[in-house]
This record gives sequence, C-alpha cells and structure tokens, in this order.
Amino acid sequence: MWKPRPEDSKPMNMNPTQPAQPVPPPVAAAAPSIPTQQKETPKASDPHRADVGHIGKSVQIKGELTGSEDLYLDGSIEGTVDLRDHSLIIGPNGKIKASISARDLVVHGRVEGNITATGRVELRKSCTLIGDVSTQRIVIEDGAFFKGAIDIKEKSQQPAETRKPLAVAASVGMGPGGSTSSSSSASSYSASSDSQGSFLDGK
Amino acid sequence: MSSSDNNLMRWFRGAGSSQPKPQEGSKSAPRTRRTCIGLGEFMRSLISSGENKTCVLDLGPTSPTNIALLTEMGVRVFNEDILRESQDESYCVKQEDGTLEFDPTKFFAENLNYSADQFDAILFWDVADYIPESLVKPLVERLQAMLKPKGHLLAFFHTKDAGVESLYSRHHIVQKDTLELEPLQGFKLQRIFNNRHIENLFKDFASRKFFLGRDNIREVLMVR
Repeated sequence: MWKPRPEDSKPMNMNPTQPAQPVPPPVAAAAPSIPTQQKETPKASDPHRADVGHIGKSVQIKGELTGSEDLYLDGSIEGTVDLRDHSLIIGPNGKIKASISARDLVVHGRVEGNITATGRVELRKSCTLIGDVSTQRIVIEDGAFFKGAIDIKEKSQQPAETRKPLAVAASVGMGPGGSTSSSSSASSYSASSDSQGSFLDGK
Repeated sequence: MSSSDNNLMRWFRGAGSSQPKPQEGSKSAPRTRRTCIGLGEFMRSLISSGENKTCVLDLGPTSPTNIALLTEMGVRVFNEDILRESQDESYCVKQEDGTLEFDPTKFFAENLNYSADQFDAILFWDVADYIPESLVKPLVERLQAMLKPKGHLLAFFHTKDAGVESLYSRHHIVQKDTLELEPLQGFKLQRIFNNRHIENLFKDFASRKFFLGRDNIREVLMVR
C-alpha cells in the first residue's frame, strides 16, 4: 500500500530533463505568508512553488489568459495575458505574442507585445522584447534585446515623503565604469523610483 | 538605388576600396571611455526641452545604462537596433546577377514606424558608417521626418578606417558628457564620410555642428 512520504507532498517535476529554471524565491512581496498555511509553504529550494502556476514549454495557448496567482510561463501564447496584481515569469523557452499586464514581470524568453506592469519589469540577458513597456521600475541586463519604448510611471498613490529620490536609486543600479552592485555575473542596471530588491534576488 | 550607383557613391565618399576591411577585434576588446562635447550639448538640450515628456530614440544596440540614465531624467526612451535589423537577409532582394541587394522599402515596412515629429532627440551614434549603402539616404530622411522641429540628432562618423579602433561599438552614456564604448563583433565599416558628405546628407537640417575628436571620431550635432 502506498504511503505518503514527506517528499511526496512536493509538486512533481513534470520535466526532469529540463535544466534548472528561474523560479522566484519566497520573498514576502511575492508570497505573503499566512499563519494557518505555514505547514504547506514549500521550501525555497523547491523547483516549483505551490503558489506559482506553471505552464510548461510544450504548451501552446491562443486566446486570453487571466489569473489571480503568480505564473511561470515557459510555453507559447498568442493573445493577451492579464495577471493584474501578480507576478509573471516568462521562461527561456517562452514565446509570447501578446499584450501583458501584471504586477511584476521577468522575461527570459521572447515577447512580442506591449507590457504594462504596476511594479517591476526585469529583462534578462537572454530575453528579446519587441514592444512598449510601461512600468514603475525596470531592470535590463546586459545582452537583452529590446525594441520599443520604455515609459517609467511614477507611483501615484504613494505619499511623496516615502519615496526615495531618483539619484539614490541610480546609485544602487550603477557603479563606476558601468559596473554594478548586482551579484550576477552579467552586469545589470536599474532605472527605478525606489530600490526594492527583485523577487528573484534570492535565486 | 542600383548597385552601380552604390559603388559610385562609395567611390565619391573616399572609402578607398569597395570591399570593407575585415574586423580585427576580439571578444575581449576592452571598453573605452571618451569625453564627448557633442553628447554634452545633446544632453543639455534634453534637460531644457520643456514640461511634456521628452521622447528620445536610441538607434544603437540596447544599452541598459542609457535607458537607466534617460528614464531617470524623466525621458521616454525608444530603442531600435537598426544596424542589427539591417543585417537580416529578408530585407534583401535578389538581383539579376544573383547578388543580394538591400531593399529599404522592405526594411521600413517593419522598422522605424513612427509618426512625424514624434521625437525630441535621436541618438544615431555611428550607425551610418555601418549600414548598407542603399539605406543611408532614406534612413536620414526618415529620421528627419520623425524628429520634431528644433529636435537634436547626434551622430558619430569615423574619420578613417582605423582597424580595431573603428569597431562598431555600443555606446553607454555613463555621464552627461562621457561615453563608454563597448566594441561589438560582426559589423564592418562600410564607408568613410567626409565633412562635405555629411553636410549633403543632412542638408535639410537647420544646423550642423561638428566636433572633431583625437580618436578619429567626428561628432556631429544636427538640429532640425
């Protein structure tokens, strides 16, 4: 008779041959901890978080994709993607031809379409983005290909006194000689209206 | 423009040989810094351009540094790496002799589709030295149409084919008058413009200001 073991409670890896994928660490902003559900909270080392939806690289979607949870998207989508107050990670195999609306967005793959984010957009070095970006904060790694417009929107609801000056944010992203304070081997720069860490920083 | 016309244009421009010299740089070519008077003036023009959000078009390879610096200034940044796009063979048409000729019409069908008078400023960098011959003139005309009246365009031109020193580079604006040049592989210098050629090419602009650097780079700041 099959008995559940502790490791069986973890989500099954549907694609064991796939290399390690970028998965957001459990940062408070992305995964608010609820005291009653603490036992079920996956460990940081889990390849797939229970509270993050996952669309694998063989999946192709045409139409409208909406959701109310964080999503890791490694497949192909044509249409629209609307996650509103949640995070979206487009994996290295992701091919998106859609307008995207999300809180935070990390792009490793290819996106053709406009992006609207209320939080932060990260364009990783492997990414290709053809479209316009409207966001409050953006991070672009060296090597990312971008064709379009970037519009940085100010936080409209946040009180002015809690905002950090732009000059401070600039000093976080850029070091002398174009170097960076990031721990990543590729240099990245941040244009942001505050200096919050990435929800992928713990990777 | 036919291929014979292109060769004639090359000859007039003093490129020396119709065949560009091969690149000698390596992947590890270091970044270099240069102070740019033209860039300083260009950046000052952005600061004083008024209340509406300034729109700047960067025609070089995507530079996170430029995007960070410009967006922090409150500028709306547009980026199109037109040299990389122009390398796409799908924009070429086969000639009778079997050679491929770049077709600007095809190129503009998919690139630089902006309305007239949209940009306050354009960073052209040294793209004109590397793009296909038949694209040079229509591209300049397109840029002029996209630029607002009194808008600025900053372009660099190599004064001689200086081998490794004339590598195509990604330009990072590290300070308002300082650039960091990151050499990129795979692009050959196609031609050398002299002052007369530049003036002719940008003849419809209201003014042209030349800054000659000691590193074989001529900076030109055009005002529409």
